[in-house]
Amino acid sequence: MEFLAQIINGLSLGSIYALIALGYTMVYGICKMLNFAHGDIIMVGAYTLSVAMSTLHFPPFLSILTSMVVCAMLGVIIERVAYKPLRNASPLAVLITAIGVSYFLESSALLIFGSTQRNVQSAISFPSVQLGELNISGNAIMTLIVTIILMIGLNWFINNTMTGKAMLAVSEDKGAAQLMGVNVNFTIAITFLIGSALAAVAGVLFISSYHFVGPYTGAMPGIKAFVAAVLGGIGSVPGAMLGGILLGLIESLAKAYISTQLADAIVFGVLIVVLLVKPTGLLGKKITEKV
Amino acid sequence: MALLEVKNLGISFGGLRAVDGFNVNIEKGALYGLIGPNGAGKTTVFNMLTGVYQPTVGSFSLDGENLTGKSTLEIAHKGIARTFQNIRLFGKMTVQDNVKVGLHNHVKYGLASGIFRLPGYFRDEKYLDERAKELLDVFGLYGERDYLASNLPYGKQRKLEIARALATGPKLLLLDEPAAGMNPNETGELMETIHFVRDTFDMTILLIEHDMKLVSGICEEITVLNFGQMLAQGKPSEVLNDPKVIVAYLGE
Repeated sequence: MEFLAQIINGLSLGSIYALIALGYTMVYGICKMLNFAHGDIIMVGAYTLSVAMSTLHFPPFLSILTSMVVCAMLGVIIERVAYKPLRNASPLAVLITAIGVSYFLESSALLIFGSTQRNVQSAISFPSVQLGELNISGNAIMTLIVTIILMIGLNWFINNTMTGKAMLAVSEDKGAAQLMGVNVNFTIAITFLIGSALAAVAGVLFISSYHFVGPYTGAMPGIKAFVAAVLGGIGSVPGAMLGGILLGLIESLAKAYISTQLADAIVFGVLIVVLLVKPTGLLGKKITEKV
Repeated sequence: MALLEVKNLGISFGGLRAVDGFNVNIEKGALYGLIGPNGAGKTTVFNMLTGVYQPTVGSFSLDGENLTGKSTLEIAHKGIARTFQNIRLFGKMTVQDNVKVGLHNHVKYGLASGIFRLPGYFRDEKYLDERAKELLDVFGLYGERDYLASNLPYGKQRKLEIARALATGPKLLLLDEPAAGMNPNETGELMETIHFVRDTFDMTILLIEHDMKLVSGICEEITVLNFGQMLAQGKPSEVLNDPKVIVAYLGE
């Protein structure tokens, strides 16, 4: 019974990682860049939610929507201002810019909200469910359900709409896509928009479990989600989902049965082992160069 | 008025004049050939005509509209489509989806109706499926529509690239060495396909080619480039017998 409860905890934590990992993997797939500022979008999403609810007194649903819109716009603006001018620069320059953007977001939050963590009431809270002697958190179940719906929706969107097909085409060959009449700038903007909106949802779900936000709240989930994306095979959307869920499961089982202090070490250890055995990640495709 | 008018087009890379004083007028419905030894600047001309490179001097216009200095995307929307010397299909997408990416310009449904599956989405998807089927049928690829493009045999990949370019609804089709790497049988079939495309779609085609049999067999007029300069222009039978051209290809 205890084991089942840990599994559900792990799934709900993992689905938050998966939502963030989707942003990493989509941006990597299209721009071949690691957007290290992505984790901080969660923090912005959480702060926006807190301001919308406690300062502006928006109803919960509207607050969540506001948070998503603000993050989506922020994602698009970051791409336009910081990454677009560097699109043909070396990957290292873009990587360092992304780290810079990450610090910029964290410091801005520090400046505006101060260094103390803010307690945030959850936008959504569900009563726990009693299953026999097992008490399952309603929020954990809700997190899982919301994530599954969003993932199915995203997968459908990418494979069945013209914008999704344009995204696939741009990720394979920007030049050829442009020559076929695909608007590459628009497609990249949409990618950042969707990725950041998903990160906002992750922020909302994070708050519903942890009830606090600080300037560095996004950093650790961001890194873990990055690990999840690499574990699943970066660039692969189903890989990000699988990687996120696995990571959440490993983390909560390690915390419950091995050691709380060692949990993170175990998580990163698993990454190292997987990459040693399968360097492209679990669902990553092996790239064979034609000679 | 010619469909494509190119006036004195030239480009320099640093101190190197890759193409200089390139002039050509291509009438609507023409099948025009651009030939020349390796490194003569043929693909560079294509890259200028599609906005991949910006010409240093000169201008070109399509249907009377000056397109010099326009971006790749704008030129694609104005109606110049191309294929590539080394095939650049979207290998991880299906054959049908490759064509659908080309059809991208023709759908109006926005993000919202895509996400929420509004009626417009289904109408447009149906239209896209029909258009894609038409194009794939022409090239005999409809049976393989669900294959990944990278799994098609070489000759069919070449055909799919032409189908994808046609899907953008161009006025002018640029083919960069369509017969490269093909055996004589495949080349013969390709010649028929190019003729067929011109007649069926009322298309104007400019092609780069090394295969002289193909060039003399289907092109009505050709231009020879050598070291970025125009060497000769005219009917294939005259141009290919021009001593200057023979020297350029075979040496003194």
